Amino acid sequence: MESAPLAAITLGGLQALFDELKNQGYRVVGPVVRDGAIVYDDIGAVSELPRGWKDEQDGGHYRLVRRSNDARFGYAVGPHSWKKYLHPPLQPLWRARREDDRMSVEPERAVPERFAFIGVRACELRAIAVQDRVLLGGAHADLHYQARRNGAFIVALNCSQAGGTCFCVSMNAGPKVDSGFDLALTEIAEGGEPLYIVAAGSEAGRKLLSALPHREAQSQEVAAAAAIVARTAASMGREMQADDVKELLQHNLDHPRWDEVAERCLACGNCTMVCPTCFCTSVQDSSDLAGLEFSRSRRWDSCFTSDFSYIHGGSVRTSTRSRYRQWITHKLASWFDQFGSSGCVGCGRCITWCPVGIDIAEEVRAIRESERPSAAEPSGESAAGGITPVKQR
Amino acid sequence: MATAAGKPRLAVFKFASCDGCQLTLLDCEEQLLSVADALEIAYFPEATRADLKGRYDLALVEGSITTEHDAQRIHEVRRRSRTLITIGACATAGGIQALRNFANVRAYAAAVYAHPEYVRTLATSTAIADHVTVDFELRGCPVNKQQLLEVISAFLIGRRPVTPPHSVCLECKLSGNVCVMVARGTACLGPVTHAGCGALCPAYERGCYGCYGPMETPNSVSLSRRLRAVGLDEQVLKRIYRTFNAAAPAFREESERHGG
Ligand code: SF4
Ligand code: SF4
Ligand code: SF4
Ligand code: SF4
Repeated sequence: MESAPLAAITLGGLQALFDELKNQGYRVVGPVVRDGAIVYDDIGAVSELPRGWKDEQDGGHYRLVRRSNDARFGYAVGPHSWKKYLHPPLQPLWRARREDDRMSVEPERAVPERFAFIGVRACELRAIAVQDRVLLGGAHADLHYQARRNGAFIVALNCSQAGGTCFCVSMNAGPKVDSGFDLALTEIAEGGEPLYIVAAGSEAGRKLLSALPHREAQSQEVAAAAAIVARTAASMGREMQADDVKELLQHNLDHPRWDEVAERCLACGNCTMVCPTCFCTSVQDSSDLAGLEFSRSRRWDSCFTSDFSYIHGGSVRTSTRSRYRQWITHKLASWFDQFGSSGCVGCGRCITWCPVGIDIAEEVRAIRESERPSAAEPSGESAAGGITPVKQR
Repeated sequence: MATAAGKPRLAVFKFASCDGCQLTLLDCEEQLLSVADALEIAYFPEATRADLKGRYDLALVEGSITTEHDAQRIHEVRRRSRTLITIGACATAGGIQALRNFANVRAYAAAVYAHPEYVRTLATSTAIADHVTVDFELRGCPVNKQQLLEVISAFLIGRRPVTPPHSVCLECKLSGNVCVMVARGTACLGPVTHAGCGALCPAYERGCYGCYGPMETPNSVSLSRRLRAVGLDEQVLKRIYRTFNAAAPAFREESERHGG
């Protein structure tokens, strides 16, 4: 696969790709600008892509700003992740009906839906792989996830721009895509109309590529694409020393830093909602007024709520300290014990979308530095660090 | 839940309030007939004419306690009701009228009325739960229609209503909104506010006003620090917590930390 020559396509070729995917029955979703951010939504034409935008990201801060060229993929990841399609926020599980004294239960069928995802980053591919392991691995596959995941066609993208909170390099999850895609693009946007260098990563990808107007990429184009990804790798917004983080956290379960972060943490749950690997849900039941129709569904939940750890008699994690610690130790430590990998892919979403800018990389660093008194320097950034003024309502 | 007469008897009571929460029930349109099918509407002055008599299986109580007379009446309501559910910010937290709790009511009455001596009112506006035992509180200003139906349905079948006490942020993310605070720098009370509205305001690019009162574990000190560091002054900080849920303890305490 790697050895096959790379192809080059223009915007016209990209449009042909969208069209072909649509012809084959895929629901094409990709990046669009909405409400001041780049989000994922249904997309039909390349003209809907975020042309000439980039994002400015920091703890609790996100702004779209103009870039100097017409790149369509010149941004890092936004508030949405592909889990909103593969593992949606609300999933009906069954319905039941009472007739006279009979009760009939109808499970919600797993509806196969064929998504084509456009512009999946390396960290996001890794996050999908992590959720695959969680939701498909083991004895009980999640049939709803499976039905969507199996049919998905993935058009990946090598990042040409690191976000201010990205640290995929630290987590060994990017910015170059290596596997798990059907097609992978690198966008060369300098000098007018962008050009896309395309690699096929699957038989389906190869077939589709051959149906598109394309030519073989020239060696200097291939080199330019590689240089773009290398530049991205060298400009990560954050870093985290990750090799021993599992042991570090597991040895510091009583560290005073947990109290310090709990003073800032709102227990709002935003971090878990935006995290592309967080998978937790809770189940909720409903019944109608007449007592004839019932249903059960599951929705995203978060280890930051009290109901999340509710067992008979009360909530197990009553303090924000214990909830924040659960979140970060699950992501970075016990995930290894449970699923054999880290639960963090370094996408930076939890940092950017935390209303008070709590930074997972900073928290790890603070605990690490306290273990090395020589290197100690106060690392508690102010809660509003790097945040720009808020308008009054 | 059925009584000897067949259907459980419903009563809807009003104390100091704007009627908005009761009207939410009337606003249930197509489900209203189902409500009437499932319950005998025994007392609902807003919808039917009937007198307070007998006992009720379910009492929905709107409004706060602001007069001596109401402080007595709520005990009578409690005595007659098997299950008492308060609906809305007035009943659960004292409502917007609890702004009086921060001021001198006599001085206000003197400023507004020609004959303040005829105004008989308490110095405070308080939640129903401050006076009698309440079985369940439904938050909101006004309450959300779906949540109200959920509470009634749950009552009828004897299960716990699904009205999660976590932040509005969770609902905001479930609906795929872009966070107005992070992406626009708009002040938002969502992180400290009880869910229930479905993150209505952020969906329209506005910050949350806190209509549902404090969430389960509100860290308003941290939120205020963030809002102050980025531009809200002390007076504004004091004011944003003093709206429909001004007297809810977490919001009251936070407002008292600001602006003297
Ligand atoms: S923990 Fe944060 S940085 Fe890591 S994958 Fe989740 S959202 Fe991304
Ligand atoms: S960090 Fe929390 S929400 Fe995320 S997967 Fe772990 S327990 Fe679930
Ligand atoms: S870390 Fe930030 S986003 Fe996560 S619960 Fe705490 S305040 Fe909310
Ligand atoms: S807009 Fe408000 S409610 Fe929504 S996530 Fe942001 S802070 Fe929370």
